[in-house]
Amino acid sequence: MLAFIVRRMIQAAIVLLTVALIAFVMFRFVGDPVNQIVGIETTAADRAEMRETLGLNDPVIIQFGRFVGRMARFDFGMSYQFRQPVSELFAERLPATLELAVISMVLAVGVGIPMGVFSALYRDSLSAKLMQVLSLVGISLPTFLIGILLIYVFSVQLGWLPSYGRGETVTIGGWSTGLLTGSGLLALIMPSVTLGLFQMTLIMRLVRAEMMEVLRTDYIKFAHARGLPDRVVHFGHALKNTLVPVITVVGLELGSVIAFAIITETVFQWPGMGLLFLQAVQNADIPIMAGYLMLIGVLFVIINLAVDLLYAAVDPRIKTTASAG
Amino acid sequence: MTDIPTNEPVLSVRDLHVDFSTRRGALKAIDGISFDIAPGEVLGVVGESGAGKSVTGSAVVGLIEPPGHISGGEIRLAGRRIDNLGAEEMRRVRGKEIGMIFQDPLTSLNPLYRIGDQLTETIRTHLPLSARAARARAIDLLADVGIPAPEQRIDSYPHEFSGGMRQRVVIALALAAEPKLVVADEPTTALDVSVQAQIIALIKKLCAERGTAVMLVTHDMGVIAETADQVAVMYAGRIVEKGPVADIIGRPMHPYARGLMSAIPSLVSDADRLVQIPGSMPRLASLPDGCAFHPRCDRCFDICTTLRPEPEPRGARRVACHLYTHEEMAS
Repeated sequence: MLAFIVRRMIQAAIVLLTVALIAFVMFRFVGDPVNQIVGIETTAADRAEMRETLGLNDPVIIQFGRFVGRMARFDFGMSYQFRQPVSELFAERLPATLELAVISMVLAVGVGIPMGVFSALYRDSLSAKLMQVLSLVGISLPTFLIGILLIYVFSVQLGWLPSYGRGETVTIGGWSTGLLTGSGLLALIMPSVTLGLFQMTLIMRLVRAEMMEVLRTDYIKFAHARGLPDRVVHFGHALKNTLVPVITVVGLELGSVIAFAIITETVFQWPGMGLLFLQAVQNADIPIMAGYLMLIGVLFVIINLAVDLLYAAVDPRIKTTASAG
Repeated sequence: MTDIPTNEPVLSVRDLHVDFSTRRGALKAIDGISFDIAPGEVLGVVGESGAGKSVTGSAVVGLIEPPGHISGGEIRLAGRRIDNLGAEEMRRVRGKEIGMIFQDPLTSLNPLYRIGDQLTETIRTHLPLSARAARARAIDLLADVGIPAPEQRIDSYPHEFSGGMRQRVVIALALAAEPKLVVADEPTTALDVSVQAQIIALIKKLCAERGTAVMLVTHDMGVIAETADQVAVMYAGRIVEKGPVADIIGRPMHPYARGLMSAIPSLVSDADRLVQIPGSMPRLASLPDGCAFHPRCDRCFDICTTLRPEPEPRGARRVACHLYTHEEMAS
């Protein structure tokens, strides 16, 4: 098991170095960084001096090494537009995005898995067929449309839910959370539903397909023949056997929900990473973009490591091959 | 339930019909079969693929897959009718009173659970035992089926066992709650020839010790000859001949049973070609009129093409063939 984790760590380091290289290249080739910092009236001498102090005349490999070193200390440089360290901006925005992403994944998993199990067990019932149709809608409607529809119904027409922002937040140990205030929770409902709906239908359809596959297997027939109650057979024996692909998808989707909450955050003016990233793109704020790239890289690596460890926890056959190989 | 007279059969099937509903009407997978199994007796059910052997086994344990369903007749277990029980009552019968052994031990065990967990959950579903007592019983069962070092092996996963060892675990699971009847559906087909004999001997020994009746579904005549007390030969959803094993192996009467027996290769014969029955079993959707076997039968005569023969007693056995009723009429 330890060897497995160490090997994974080495792989993770290689992945992150590659991501760092791309982020570094972005700095180097998306315009001259000096031009981004100084004004039009700066003299050529000042520019050369700045170039020297920023170390831009050093060999590329040394510059890259320095870049990786700063990244490793979460020093992503100063934002061009906000004149503020990027890491501070991230620390302000990350809790909002993580809360939104995690809540919408909890929603997606918590609703998607039972719906998938139900629609596999009672696949000929009317409600299961209805779920299939609705899931098609969920999977094909674009996020922004769902968000706008929700705002129209629940904010404009009914006036029940706020249409933008996070509501009141409470800061605990540098983490600003909206989960502890009423207005924060209310503000979370529509964005998390919007963001989680696609994942929910995806998980539901995946669980349904996997369950139907597993329910045909001999060990499920044998479990019935042993007289085990249906509940034990379906939620113990069958569901557990569908979990490996479900964990894979949930892991990947959690990563993409964090990374690509951009549209939802824009629709609901959610003060998270996505909104920050969008502003950075509009203003060619490369330190933010590079830092964002690194952060998402780290998140994906962590999630994938967690997914691999979960596989081994679910399926004993994976554990033996992982520790033997 | 305890004062059952000893002569009462454990399993009694009367005029059982199983239909599979399709768009083109009902296919008769089982068309009126009747048989009994006495306590401690082994009934071998033989026939080609698609003859209805496995469906009969599934019908007995109440696990026919839709669109199949029992459309007539009755099944009694120790005198109690079980074919019309509700789903929950039938679940209590399965595993508790009827154990089942499937064909492929590699796929009958859940790969994600330790075999001990699968044993104890089965035991505790049917018997009021504590977790500790159930585990002790599970270890005893594993020892009974010949798993070496059961105290350690109980915590292994199925993939850590060989095929033969897994089938032993499956047998332990089938016997976990001391059932009155075990339905074994091709229990050795997926195993090595060298392991087959061990598994058959094990099933026979354990059931004899416990007085458990066995319904052994197989197409392996060798297994039948070694194990069974009674044999039922099935063809196209019907029992064509049924009787004591020595009679049917030694002197089969129904032309299909004869064909099956003569198709067994012999070590002493030096024939170049193996004997075979010409043609193949008709599809359920297009069964011929009269006797379903008549297009392949070398003794077929006029009445066989129009009138379906019913099982008639012939000594200790029952045969469904006009050949014998015709003889009687002629004599």
